[in-house]
Amino acid sequence: MAIVELPDNVRVTQLDKLVSWCRKNSLWPMPFATACCGIELMATGASRHDMARFGAEVFRFSPRQCDLMIVAGRVVMKMMPVLQRLWLQMHEPKWCISMGACASTGGVFDTYSVVQGIDRFIPVDMYMPGCPPRPEQLIQAIVDLQEKIQREGTWKGKEFDAPSRQRPKRALQEE
Amino acid sequence: MLRAEVLDSLKAKFGDLATSEFRGQVRVVVSLTQLHDVLAALKEEHGFDFLVDVTCVDYLNYRGAKDRFGMVYSLLNTETNERIIIRAFLNDPEPTVPTVYDLWKGANWLEREVWDLFGIRFEGHPDLRRVVLPDGFEAHPLRKDYPLQGRGERHNLPVITRAER
Repeated sequence: MAIVELPDNVRVTQLDKLVSWCRKNSLWPMPFATACCGIELMATGASRHDMARFGAEVFRFSPRQCDLMIVAGRVVMKMMPVLQRLWLQMHEPKWCISMGACASTGGVFDTYSVVQGIDRFIPVDMYMPGCPPRPEQLIQAIVDLQEKIQREGTWKGKEFDAPSRQRPKRALQEE
Repeated sequence: MLRAEVLDSLKAKFGDLATSEFRGQVRVVVSLTQLHDVLAALKEEHGFDFLVDVTCVDYLNYRGAKDRFGMVYSLLNTETNERIIIRAFLNDPEPTVPTVYDLWKGANWLEREVWDLFGIRFEGHPDLRRVVLPDGFEAHPLRKDYPLQGRGERHNLPVITRAER
């Protein structure tokens, strides 16, 4: 087999990797900021810790125009159906970051009205601890999510059809 | 500081009411039948035109409590900057209080909140339904016999996985 010399401006790759590269570098967040973590989310989008450097250029407040939902803040049971409706309105492929302790586990609010972790009702891809997490942590979460998308992404979105993602998490089945 | 004539005229009109003062806050205890008249007198004759808050205290596990619920009405006179707190005590089977919506329109949502969280009915209220909790919620959570973590209502929601598109 002859060795083909490619010029410097030609790259050979897989379609999955190329499409994942495009998707990861243009994650447009939909901020679902309910509480204090929302302020840190706004700070991350401001000029000092600029999130637009990583491709999260615009915070579109419409779910139809976003592919990343960042749930920042505690979610009460009255708000959870709203969150679910927005999640269903987002187009595929979509990812979710649960920012802060309250969105991930309910935080310090173990009460009758606060949902103890949105991953009970929404599929979550990245969890961030913190109360509130620093903007650098949010940027790290977005970078980690970008690595996850690059690692697992397919151009047809087949990674979301994996059987492990079709069921609710086993650890959350009790109460 | 509350003018002494306010308390004197209340006592003259409604009989001997228990009053107390603590660090500049004056509180008057009235009975349920007098409650609406006392509040109307304070509004019309003494100029307490701002209802700051309507809330309730549950004395279920309180040592030495005689009644289960204590209503708290907090009033402010915006011209003379006086504040007064009216207390009324009521008991459990069907706790009912006359509404003050006809005196202060702001009592609409304040009384709805007390109904929502404590289960106290306000007779004469135009629209008594839940305001802070979702509509399907069954219990009254701020009562002392309701557990802090609730009875499972917070997780009684549909689950969405990646299977739904």
